[in-house]
Amino acid sequence: MTKIKKNIPLIDQHNERGFYLNKFGGNFVAETAIKPIEDLSNLFEKLRKNKKFLRKRDKYFKYYLGGETPFFKLENLTKHLGGAQIWCKDVSAINGDAHKAYHATVNALICKESGKKSLAGDTGAGMFGKNLAMAAKEMKIKCKIFMGTKDISRQALNVKFMKKAGAEVVPVDTGSRTLVDAVSECMRFYVSNCQTTHLAVGSAIGANVFLKICAWSTSQISRELKSQIIKEFGKIPKLHLLNVIGGGSSAIGFWNEFINYSKNHVKLTGVEAKYAAPLTTNAKIAILHGAAQYCLQDKNGQIADTHSISAGLDYPGVSPLHCMLKDTKRAKYTSCSDEGALNALKLIWKYENLRPSLEPAHAWAECIRIAPKLKKDEVIIVNNCGSGSKDAKIIKNKIGYYPK
Amino acid sequence: MRNEIDKAFKITRKENRPALISFTVAGDNTKKKSLEILKSISNTVDIAEWGMAFNCPGADGPEIQNSSYRAIKNGIKLNDTFSLIKKYKKYKNSKPLILMGYYQLIYNYGEKKFIKKCKSVGVSGLIVVDLPWPDNKNFSKLCKKNSICFIQLIAPTTSKSRMKSIVKDSHQLIYQVSNVNITGGKLKSTAKTILKNYQIIKKINPTKNVIIGFGITKDTIADFKRANGLVVGSACCKVISNAIKNGLNPAKKLNNMLLSLKEKLK
Repeated sequence: MTKIKKNIPLIDQHNERGFYLNKFGGNFVAETAIKPIEDLSNLFEKLRKNKKFLRKRDKYFKYYLGGETPFFKLENLTKHLGGAQIWCKDVSAINGDAHKAYHATVNALICKESGKKSLAGDTGAGMFGKNLAMAAKEMKIKCKIFMGTKDISRQALNVKFMKKAGAEVVPVDTGSRTLVDAVSECMRFYVSNCQTTHLAVGSAIGANVFLKICAWSTSQISRELKSQIIKEFGKIPKLHLLNVIGGGSSAIGFWNEFINYSKNHVKLTGVEAKYAAPLTTNAKIAILHGAAQYCLQDKNGQIADTHSISAGLDYPGVSPLHCMLKDTKRAKYTSCSDEGALNALKLIWKYENLRPSLEPAHAWAECIRIAPKLKKDEVIIVNNCGSGSKDAKIIKNKIGYYPK
Repeated sequence: MRNEIDKAFKITRKENRPALISFTVAGDNTKKKSLEILKSISNTVDIAEWGMAFNCPGADGPEIQNSSYRAIKNGIKLNDTFSLIKKYKKYKNSKPLILMGYYQLIYNYGEKKFIKKCKSVGVSGLIVVDLPWPDNKNFSKLCKKNSICFIQLIAPTTSKSRMKSIVKDSHQLIYQVSNVNITGGKLKSTAKTILKNYQIIKKINPTKNVIIGFGITKDTIADFKRANGLVVGSACCKVISNAIKNGLNPAKKLNNMLLSLKEKLK
């Protein structure tokens, strides 16, 4: 029974209670939030079939976010590694610098449709916060961003941007002071304000409707990519799609259109941060932030602390959609250390004019590792899902320099 | 299902007052101290609610979070909570005990094992904040089988039809969340609105006891005298926090506070 059903979109593979494979996801939320979440779910299901809304979304993606992001070959790196062809889907070229732009924009559009006047969202690296602040400003909605105090200091540039865009940044000083606590605090804020505030969850996590909205939005990446590949190759060649995994929102978006290809044809590989790697380390299932998922925890069931140099990956759980892809063996997951990610950046900088953020650096590390072992007619595509400017300071502190 | 909780309500009904229900966190601030607190307040309250500290709670306000944080820091584990309850239930003044928490801890412990353990140490009721209807049906049945009262929540946002289903599937006790909030927030609804919702729930099935919680403090409690029971949570945790901060005895301080609340219910 552990198979993905053909011809049903990935996000719709859940049962009537919101569970994927009958065990991941669900709606573990307080009674107070049940009705607002149900309302949102009904609204979302209506909007995704509404042509007018889809046109509006496409218009925003095109004119506000800058349209199709580039797809190109990394000639120098390919030559240097001497194996598979290495290509880059440069999502970081989007207005907003990361894939979070898609679901921040969609969340603001949905908030507008719902008639609610304010938005609340969580952020780790600040990319979702920044994009949500931008979208809220564009659509004249009030915006509150919850962010751990550790992340506020390590991603100060993004915090400055959010405030400039008019968002209120709420510092979260509990627990590990990172993303996991920001999400908890944001969800508590939602429980208290669910009648007036739209909750925008920053990744493909949370109760069923939240992860659906997120994955539905980021899937723009693979829609574009598929047509770009066909334009370039005339067909879908043997592919390796590499993507970093934090909560997993960029990977789902990057893979969505390719799920139904066989895994020998289109291989999907997710790369977690070494000390925040529930999928790679065979973590047990936990109920976190409204959903059942593989999650790092101690033997008493308390959610575990994580570590990553990359604030966007510093999260103990992972999207229920990735749990499903793991259990059905449709995707494979591996991990990469802080050092591995930094070394990958050095090599990329040397050969290419590309400045990935610390998050996709983890995927680049896997690319560099496997490319030499693959044949020349195989194609690796890395989702370069975030721009490095936000991390310049951290990187400089670690390795002494950051290229122009 | 006859259980200690029903007996407690029988007494309060006879005395024509609402049941006073405290909420504190097991292991706050140490295992020993939390038991001491529980024993002390058992002289005053009718039912005691005990929280199972979890580090990613979805509906706790800052006061309860502080208590949970202290408890986890001092090493509280579910098995400790169970052995403390076992000790507590041997105490002659012990009251019916309701365990409250988030589903993750129960899921991790194993549902069946958890409920069996609850039964064996003498837990009378269970509240699981993030296991809403209808996902809680199996869990609720398991509780019933083991003579444990599974207490469902009804919020101001709960629709009438859903409310009816919840009441229908509920055991003898229902928890009304007073207003759209997390625990310990200032009441955003008037007492009149809250009592109106209370009457709506009671009308669906008058034989079920309905307790009101969230935002019940010394300033608001007297407005709800007509309810079957009232839960005071964050206010209790706050007293404990302050007592610890000021080097005072939390067990004594909290019992005094609860005594003054009880006065207001006369």
